[in-house]
Amino acid sequence: MTSITTQTITFKVFRFNTETDYLPAYKEYRMEVTSEEVVLDILNRIKWEFDGSFSYRRSCRHGICGACAVKVNGKGVLACKERMNDIIELFGNELTIEPVSIKRAVKDMIVDKADFWQKHDAVKPYLISDIDEHPKQESLVTPEQAEALLEADLCIQCGLCHYSCPAIEENDDFFGPAAFAAAYRFNADVRDEGTLERLDVVNQMGAGVWDCVKCFECAEVCPKEVNPIEKITKLHNQAFEFGRAPNNVAVRHAVGFAHSIKKHGLLDEGELVRYSEGNLGVLKHVPVAIKMYKKGKIVLPWNMPKSDKLDEIKKLVKISSTVKF
Amino acid sequence: MEKLKYALFTGCTAKESTPEQLMSTYAVADKLGIELIELTEASCCGASHLQDYDDFLSLVLNARNICYAESRGLTMVTICNTCQLNTAMTKHRLDNNESLKARVNEKLAEVGLEYKGDSEITHFLYAIIDDFGLDKIKEMVVKPLSQFNIAPFYGCHNIRPSELAGGDNPYNPTSLDDLIIACGGENVDYEEKNKCCGFHAELQSPNTAARLTGKALMGALDQNADWMVTPCPLCHLKLDTQYDHASHAVGRDVKMPVLHMQQMLGLALGCTVDELGLKHHVSDVTFI
Repeated sequence: MTSITTQTITFKVFRFNTETDYLPAYKEYRMEVTSEEVVLDILNRIKWEFDGSFSYRRSCRHGICGACAVKVNGKGVLACKERMNDIIELFGNELTIEPVSIKRAVKDMIVDKADFWQKHDAVKPYLISDIDEHPKQESLVTPEQAEALLEADLCIQCGLCHYSCPAIEENDDFFGPAAFAAAYRFNADVRDEGTLERLDVVNQMGAGVWDCVKCFECAEVCPKEVNPIEKITKLHNQAFEFGRAPNNVAVRHAVGFAHSIKKHGLLDEGELVRYSEGNLGVLKHVPVAIKMYKKGKIVLPWNMPKSDKLDEIKKLVKISSTVKF
Repeated sequence: MEKLKYALFTGCTAKESTPEQLMSTYAVADKLGIELIELTEASCCGASHLQDYDDFLSLVLNARNICYAESRGLTMVTICNTCQLNTAMTKHRLDNNESLKARVNEKLAEVGLEYKGDSEITHFLYAIIDDFGLDKIKEMVVKPLSQFNIAPFYGCHNIRPSELAGGDNPYNPTSLDDLIIACGGENVDYEEKNKCCGFHAELQSPNTAARLTGKALMGALDQNADWMVTPCPLCHLKLDTQYDHASHAVGRDVKMPVLHMQQMLGLALGCTVDELGLKHHVSDVTFI
C-alpha cells in the first residue's frame, strides 16, 4: 500500500463577484495538500477554511453531473475527478484555478452557460420522429446500431470542450464541439428522422462544422472521452453522403484535396486556393502570394512536383472513392 | 551507436511553399549522421481536410504511404505535424480494427500492396530527442544560440490528441523547450505555445484564423522572444507569411522571425545560412 504524502501548494484563485467588484482579482491560498485529494477537495477547503463566500458549482462528486468544471493552469478539468497528485506532477506546486471561461464569469468559478445551452438547443438535440402512439411492438435498437453513436451519448454537458475551443473564443456564432457531438448523436440514431434538418443547421458558414480549426482541444479535454472532433468529421461526411454540402469555399477546400491528389499525388497548393476561392475570390490572396513568390515559396504550375508511381495513386482514388460532390 | 536510418515522409509543403524546411532537414540529418530515405512514392496525407470529404479514401492513401516505409523495413519520420497526425491516426485505426484493415487492404491489393502495421511513425523532433538524444546534441553544438530568447510554438497535431502524439503532455509540453536549451538558447515561456495557429481555418474562417495567429505572435513578443521556432511547416506558413492579417486582427504589429526547428538546430550545429534556406522567409531573419 502506498502511503499518503503531503506537499505545500500555493493556489492563485480567480475571485470575482460581478455584482460588487469592478475587476476580478487573483487571491493566494497556501495549504498542505495530501496525495489523496482531488481538485474539488481544494475548492471545498478554500470555502470552509479561508473564505465562506467562495462560490463554485458542485453536485454529484462522481463525474456525471458535469457541474464542477474549472481550469487549472489552463487545463480544463472536472474538479471531482482530477487528482491533485497528477496536477502537481504536471504543473509543479504553484497552481492557478480559474473558471472555464473568464469572460463569462458570474461569481468566482461560476460561469453563465447560456451560450452553451443556446447552441446546444440550436442543433435540435432530441429525437425527431413520427411516433406511433399505439405501436404493435417495441422499437428495438440492436447493439450494432447503438455502437454507431460512437459514445456521443456519454456527453454530460459539462462545457469543458465548449470553453476550451479556440474557435468559440474568437467567434461568438460558432456552435462548438459539444453541440456538434449532440447533433451527431441524434443523426446517428436509427430511430431519428431529423438528419437533414440538423445537417442544414450544422453546415451554416460562420457557425457550423466548417469553421472548426482542427486543434483537437475538445478531444483532449473531454472527461468522458466523447471525442467531439471525431463527430465533427462524421458530420462533414454526412453532409456529402446526404447531398447537403453547400457549394462554398470550405466545402470546395475539402474536395480540392481529392482533385489534386488524383492529378499529382501531392497537393497543388496554389490550385487548391484557386479552386476553393474561385477565380475572383482568389484575388484577395495575391498580396501574400507575391511576397511568397519573391522568396521562392511558390511553385509554378509547370514545375509542380508529382509522386512516383502516380498511376497507383490514380487507380486507388478511382476504386476507393466513396462519395461524389 | 548504430547509424539511425528512417523513411522520410516529406509531405507536400516541404516540396512547395517551405523548401527551406526540406533543405534544413537534410542539412541537419547530414550533421548528425542520420540517414533519410525519401518516400518518393508518397501522396498527400489529406491534411485533415480530405477525410472530411472522403474518410475511406483518406485511409487508403495514408495506408499506402505507410506501406512504402514498411517495404523498406524502416520507421517513418515526418516533418509536418499534420502529416504526423494523419498518418499516426490511420495506423491507430487500422491496427485496432481488423475489418477496416481488411477493407483497406482489399483496395491496396489491387495495386500489389498490403498494409501490415509493422512500421512506427514518428515526428523528426521526437526522433532527434528520443532516438538520437539531447546529450549528444549538446556535445555537437558549435555555435550555441546563447544570445537569443527563443519562443517554442508546438503546433496542435504533434501534441494532441495525446494518445497518438509523441509523448509530450499537451498542457505542458517540453520537447521543443528542451531542444532550444540543448542548442544553447533561452526558452521563452508564454501562454500560446501549445495553442492553435489557425492554419486549417485560413480560407473558411479567416477572422478566427488571423486572431489565433496574432495572439500566438503577440504572446511570444510580450515575453521578450527574439524569434519563434516550430516543428510544423503549416504553423510556419501561418506565422511567417500572414503577419499582416494577424497584426490587423489584434491591432498591433506582431511581425516576428519564425524558424523551423531544423533551422534552429542547424544554426547551433554550424550549418550555413544557405544550407538552411534562410533566404526563403517572408518575415525577415537577417538577424542571424
